[in-house]
Amino acid sequence: MQLVTNAPHFISTVILVAIMQSMLNPSTGVINKLIEFAGGKPIYFLGRPEWFKPLYVLSGIWQNSGYNSIIYLAALTNVDPQLIEAAKIDGANRLRILQHITLPAIVPTAVVLLIMNFGKVMNVGFEKAYLMQNSMNERASEVISTYVYKCGIENMQYSYSTAVGLFNAVINIILLFSVNKIAKKLTETSLW
Amino acid sequence: MTKNTKSVKETGFDKAFNYVIFFLAVIITLIVLYPIIYVVSASFSNPLEVSRGTVIFFPKSLTSMAYKTILDRKDLIVGYKNTIMITFFGTVINLFMTICCAYPLSRRNFAGKNVITMIVTFTMFFNAGMIPNYLLMKELHLLNSYWVLMLPGAISVYNMLIMRNFFKTSIPDELFDSAIIDGCNNLQTLLKIVIPLSKGIIAVMVIFYAVGHWNSYFDAMMYLSKKAKYPLQLVLRNILLETQTYISEGASAGYNSAEAALAYVSIQYAIIVVSSLPVLILYPLMQKHFVKGIMIGAVKG
Repeated sequence: MQLVTNAPHFISTVILVAIMQSMLNPSTGVINKLIEFAGGKPIYFLGRPEWFKPLYVLSGIWQNSGYNSIIYLAALTNVDPQLIEAAKIDGANRLRILQHITLPAIVPTAVVLLIMNFGKVMNVGFEKAYLMQNSMNERASEVISTYVYKCGIENMQYSYSTAVGLFNAVINIILLFSVNKIAKKLTETSLW
Repeated sequence: MTKNTKSVKETGFDKAFNYVIFFLAVIITLIVLYPIIYVVSASFSNPLEVSRGTVIFFPKSLTSMAYKTILDRKDLIVGYKNTIMITFFGTVINLFMTICCAYPLSRRNFAGKNVITMIVTFTMFFNAGMIPNYLLMKELHLLNSYWVLMLPGAISVYNMLIMRNFFKTSIPDELFDSAIIDGCNNLQTLLKIVIPLSKGIIAVMVIFYAVGHWNSYFDAMMYLSKKAKYPLQLVLRNILLETQTYISEGASAGYNSAEAALAYVSIQYAIIVVSSLPVLILYPLMQKHFVKGIMIGAVKG
């Protein structure tokens, strides 16, 4: 099970997008066949701007949730078994143990992961956005990094696109520091 | 006594709870697995069946035609060769640099290690960005050379920190002391004590770096323009784009070209399988080390 859920993490973005394209293809894709079978009309998912965000997020979950769960696994193995034993003797059922022992135990890990991910908020993955982009969904798929790439590399506007990129990086780091500070106040965990 | 055993025993609610969790786990596994199975099945099926949508789970009208076709493609083989080379040498460079950086930073008697760690970590969160990097590579005359894919990312800060934490926490100080008493200098300590004890974490680093090189697409797209040097992922992308246009053109043109376009459908899947196979084969072999490695990195942040 762990083997299976981790596997997608090792698939490259190019292939991920290729799988998406073929499974979501309006005429041959298996998802659209399913929709047709259920009586619906096929949807050209990748050509619709309103579908870009859900697809981006869902494919990200598909690819990385198994891998990220390893980190939680590590946190869970650090929970003292005596605590769980004691709770069982006190008559707690599984749900109560989950609520009062396991969840509080992994909160620090979750907070650290949250902060780390906030550090990436402004750097939405260039590769996937770029690969999923086409002229039809541009309205939703143009993120800052693809914009910088187009201005800088394709149109040679070096200084303008550098400024855009730097501005983005500065916002990013301010965001990181402030989330870290908030987390420190609320949960007493932080990155440093 | 009796009360004790009774309360530790699982209640009916707990049993139901376990079933629900088991059920969820199976469903999640299936969801994750399905696209992979589908791609493999589709690559072995008759393209006609694929486009009709009859291939749901298992391949239909088994054929290996798609694989035969792609073996004839020269650009794919060149891409394969480039990628294998870049992955191998790139990983060697990565490993060397990472160990050389992590080892001194893990030693307690190294002056200024905190400042250096902070500076290095800072680059993880803040970097100049795409365009300055591109200009730098251009001025260094690295564009269109294999080096550009290996040198700029020679150390991943995150991996280096994992390595440092491993050195710091799982190799006892007494070992270092005894090595010094036995007359080892720093280099000998690294080669004879630290590295033999860190095989597990080195295996993890090999996986991280090698998979990274194998899958990297963006660097190559940005820095390379000579087709002969394209790595696999870039070739792959180009072939896929080509098939996309071929399919859509075929669909609008007459029947004959539509049939030819159909062949491309399964070729597309075959290419996906061929290019991700090595990684997916390598990974389960390393799974055990791998989980351990991430845990070391995760627990210590």
